[in-house]
Amino acid sequence: MAMSWIWGGMVILSLLFGAATGRIDAVSEAALSGAQNAVELSLSMAGVLCLWSGIMEIMRVCGLTDGLARGFRPLMRRLLPEASRDSETLAAVSANVSANLLGLGNAATPLGIQAARRMARGCGGVASDELCRLVVLNTASIQLLPTTIASVRAAAGCKTPFDILPAVWLSSVLSVVVGLAAAWLLSLAGRRRQ
Amino acid sequence: MNLSSLVVPALLAAMAAIGLGRRVDVYGALTHGAEEGLTVLLRIVPALVGLLTAVGMFRASGAMEWFSQLLTPALERLGVPAETVSLMLIRPVSGGGAMAVATDLIQSHGPDSYIGRVAAVMLGSTETTFYTIAVYFGSAGIFRTRHAVPAALAADLTGFAASALAVRLFFGQ
Repeated sequence: MAMSWIWGGMVILSLLFGAATGRIDAVSEAALSGAQNAVELSLSMAGVLCLWSGIMEIMRVCGLTDGLARGFRPLMRRLLPEASRDSETLAAVSANVSANLLGLGNAATPLGIQAARRMARGCGGVASDELCRLVVLNTASIQLLPTTIASVRAAAGCKTPFDILPAVWLSSVLSVVVGLAAAWLLSLAGRRRQ
Repeated sequence: MNLSSLVVPALLAAMAAIGLGRRVDVYGALTHGAEEGLTVLLRIVPALVGLLTAVGMFRASGAMEWFSQLLTPALERLGVPAETVSLMLIRPVSGGGAMAVATDLIQSHGPDSYIGRVAAVMLGSTETTFYTIAVYFGSAGIFRTRHAVPAALAADLTGFAASALAVRLFFGQ
């Protein structure tokens, strides 16, 4: 629903601004060429996107995700100590984080949901500190190879679509750290108020 | 030779070698994954059609300029280019929408421009926050989300500011 408001608002504002500034011809032209561009663009990135999805699938089939998940267990034990007492939750959380890292969003979400359901047991519908932490980890993207955006850059004529990787990593790490710190501070503040 | 030209062929070869070593049907996995790529694309196309139309109209009408000017002082303090406002607004709400807006920015400013790079890094380092929160808490039966939403939004805001900072750091302005 939120998207309907954003889209509707943009279209209505465009008409109003276009009429006010006398650029209604340009607005009309932009509407039609926008739709055309969308399809052309999708076609031009289709090949690269499919190739990357294929490579990601090979990684998954080769068991790279499982290996990564094993590597994350010690870290997850620190971050979510309560949840880690249950070995199945720990496995789901570790697999969730490693799927996120590999950019396998379709695999990460069901694993995360499984972990969240187990962590929410017997809490009466109130999110625990650790569940909030898991959600923050998942809302702050941690992705090693952002392949979709690389496909878009390649389609736009970029010769080195992966040269943004260090910038993406730095920015991801900063946002995850701030997200977790904010969750910790807000939880402390909430406790004090009670 | 450019070092980043090595990434793609080396990764492909490494995957092939590891897969063959483990007696995995590498080719089958590749084509199956590519099929999944097509379904991702099919999900993106409708969003692209809707949003590129709206964004194109918004820009042509002069409304984008007006809003950008309005927000520029606040954004400049964060070091974020005003052109990326629309991307930041849409990012937490819709993955397809953010994809469309970022694609438009990259296309119109060029993939190696400052704005094009910032848009790409923003898209790569943030998530569809509200969708994620809804899915996780919804399926776990949580109705009191406590500090999850503000903490996640703090992470997003950091991600946006850090994207501009990181691009300046690695590429210069």
